[in-house]
Amino acid sequence: MGQTAMQKILAAHAGKTSVEPGEFIMAKADLAMANDVTAPISIKALERAGITKLWDKDRIAIVFSHFVPAKDILSAAQAAVAREFALKYDLSLFFDEGRGGIEHSLLPELGLVVPGDVVIGADSHSCTYGGLGLFSTGVGSTDLAAVMATGEIWLKVPETMKFNYRGKPGPWVTGKDLILFTIGQITFDGALYKNMEFTGPALQHLSMEARLTMTNMVIEAGGKSGFIEADAVTEEYLKGRAKRPYQIYKSDPDAIYCANYDWDISGMEPQVAQPNLPDKVAGLSKVVGAKVHSAFLGSCTNGRIEDLRIAADILKGHKVAKGLRFMVIPATQNVYRQALKEGLIDIFMEAEAIVSAATCGPCLGGHMGVLGPNEVCISSSNRNFPGRMGHRDSQVYLANPAVVTASAITGCITHPDDIVGKPTIKAA
Amino acid sequence: MIHGTGYKFGDNVDTDQIISAKYLVTTDPKELAKYCMESADPDFSKKVKAGDMLVAGRNFGCGSSREHAPLSIKGLGLGLVIAESFARIFFRNCINIGMPILECPQAARDAKDGDQFNVDLDQGIIKNVTQGKSYQAQPFPDFMQQIISAGGLMPYVKKRLAVGN
Repeated sequence: MGQTAMQKILAAHAGKTSVEPGEFIMAKADLAMANDVTAPISIKALERAGITKLWDKDRIAIVFSHFVPAKDILSAAQAAVAREFALKYDLSLFFDEGRGGIEHSLLPELGLVVPGDVVIGADSHSCTYGGLGLFSTGVGSTDLAAVMATGEIWLKVPETMKFNYRGKPGPWVTGKDLILFTIGQITFDGALYKNMEFTGPALQHLSMEARLTMTNMVIEAGGKSGFIEADAVTEEYLKGRAKRPYQIYKSDPDAIYCANYDWDISGMEPQVAQPNLPDKVAGLSKVVGAKVHSAFLGSCTNGRIEDLRIAADILKGHKVAKGLRFMVIPATQNVYRQALKEGLIDIFMEAEAIVSAATCGPCLGGHMGVLGPNEVCISSSNRNFPGRMGHRDSQVYLANPAVVTASAITGCITHPDDIVGKPTIKAA
Repeated sequence: MIHGTGYKFGDNVDTDQIISAKYLVTTDPKELAKYCMESADPDFSKKVKAGDMLVAGRNFGCGSSREHAPLSIKGLGLGLVIAESFARIFFRNCINIGMPILECPQAARDAKDGDQFNVDLDQGIIKNVTQGKSYQAQPFPDFMQQIISAGGLMPYVKKRLAVGN
């Protein structure tokens, strides 16, 4: 009987020839990751258990991302706990403030996660890495502490849902739109406990970055993991980047899937998730004109260089609407530097956007542009639950970078075509 | 056996509603408890008593992986969370830190805010005293039982490490 790529990866990491969905396994991890908010609880759990020997100092990444730079005294004190730990154990993958950025953009960018891996991250968007053809999932801090101690994690082998996308994405349609559409179709817990495998000819038109945007948001459908088979696009991305040798796994033609979806995406318009759930998705034309007070371009979903290029291309020669603020936050220090070199930051500042250092920032209502009562934001990020970006009565629309930017120019939800006519660069 | 009042919430209560990100600057369960469920019900932490229960719909605890969410519920002294279904990271987190949870769609659907419950955690039997109904919750798989009986994930891991040495 055929196996999915995910079954093969998990079997290989559990020392078995095959595994079946529903089976409990102990899997060996290739990388464990925590951030400034989740690491301190892991550290406490290790201390309470009296564990002082770690699995592998070169396989445990700690990335400061959430409250960077420290937003107040408590977050500074909390960061210090994680920093002391990383220095004490001489962790080679410690990315302090100023040295990294948002973990889910950083690890792929640095080639620290590669096809065939099992990656366990103490952050729910750790599913992002699956876009590179690997298994990754988000866990809590105690789970992560166990991986830090043993290099292993207990997992229930997930069933896999297959999503086949046909056709060519139209102008302004990106990986973000495909994943928002998908979440809208299967709803918010439609993939609960499951692996989501994305495939089909349409993906050939998506860059590696756009694919990572898709796997980034599988958690918003309740998914345990996302998977896109590594291909020529993946290998090109990994060239000069991959820090370890890798193995490409493919699903067998007769692999068993618990659900099959098949969509022709030709003619699809950009998608928008309306307040207050990521599955409340509508085509852009249905929400055009809604007033927004704030726009945010950034986050682990859409804060990569490609996203900034799309935004700058639209914003050039325009100003941010009066009464609206536009936060632009490159996802990593490297993205920031690249954007500086390409003159993108100058375009953002000329347009009177606010540009800040790499951080999760407003995505989780942490800092750097929190929403007040009844304020509405259009955001390139991933969640729009009540109060996600600030006050419990604030609202968030989720959209792709082009729609966010066009809306920042007018002050209401706007189609990019209405700013620039037709796109001058390929929307990825 | 635990006794308490059930506080009813709807579907898709996410971790931002359980504990808002602005409070993720501490790991102290007692401190986190003060803000538990604040976005959904600002007075929640003031009105509940030790042993009371949270009763929710589908996909409870969805969203972020923050363990601060179950820690805030545990810190508040709540005895149990009953839901139609749980988001997977939240489910794992509860098992790992020893916060009792039961998945029981019918009990969760039938419950009204303020109903009194008697629950036998070992047997997974939920009695809604107010409505005079009894339910059997889904049993935990054996593998998870081992973690629960070890007292949580870290004691379980310690035992495994000791065997390994």
